[in-house]
Amino acid sequence: MTSITIYHYLIVGAILFSAGLGIAVTKRHFIGMLLGIELMLNAVNVNLVAFSRYDGERLSGQLFALFVMVVAAAEVTVALAIILRVYGHYKTVDPDDLDELQQ
Amino acid sequence: MEAAAFYAFSLIAILAALFILFSKNLIYGAFALFLAFLGVGALFVLAGADFLGVSQIMIYVGGILVLLIFGIMLTQKAVKNSDPTRHNRVEVPISRKVAGVIAGVGCGLVLLRIIFSANFRMAGEAVENRSTIKTIGVELMTSHLLPFEITAILLLVALVGAAYLAMNRNPAK
Repeated sequence: MTSITIYHYLIVGAILFSAGLGIAVTKRHFIGMLLGIELMLNAVNVNLVAFSRYDGERLSGQLFALFVMVVAAAEVTVALAIILRVYGHYKTVDPDDLDELQQ
Repeated sequence: MEAAAFYAFSLIAILAALFILFSKNLIYGAFALFLAFLGVGALFVLAGADFLGVSQIMIYVGGILVLLIFGIMLTQKAVKNSDPTRHNRVEVPISRKVAGVIAGVGCGLVLLRIIFSANFRMAGEAVENRSTIKTIGVELMTSHLLPFEITAILLLVALVGAAYLAMNRNPAK
């Protein structure tokens, strides 16, 4: 009946994951890197949900995606708190400027 | 019909992700991330995960994105000149661009190659038209009870830790 196979979901997930990786590498801003990481976590969830479609009895993939979401929420709160502390101390959000340990 | 909806929503998500990648203003990126999350939530619904689609919208769009926008606003660059477009601007040097292109395109090519050479054989048939809420609730309360409780502890720890970290610890004495 359905013409959308699992490959479609996997390809969309792969493209979103690569875009998220590019964002996390490219952006010179802590929050920009967080945006990329959130996008990568979400792309992984697409894969989990797509595989869970064929597992209607137990839905392990969807449960795992639910746990991923919760961990992402916890991660972003702690990361934002750390970013605010770093910004209050160094007055910058550029990860390249925090090179005190290199000297 | 289903195929058209799938292509439309995945196009929305992918275009929004690419817009974040190429936009210089971080606020625009955050709002494009809103579109990407909505597109992924619609993909969840199309894949038969109705509960996850709703929680995607509630957790990501309602919680995480608002938090990220707050973070962008609280960490404004202290630029004193009057050009309003200079705030939240991210200048990307060429070396970062090269590294980003290599990482993103390389990762994408490797993933696509793996996907096309995988040749999945699914054991069951795709489930259609059935609500997943009952199954998820029963599974969470029976076989996944321990991860569920650990998640509760994790959220409590993250809440307390984030509040403690973000607390203003040097009041002007």
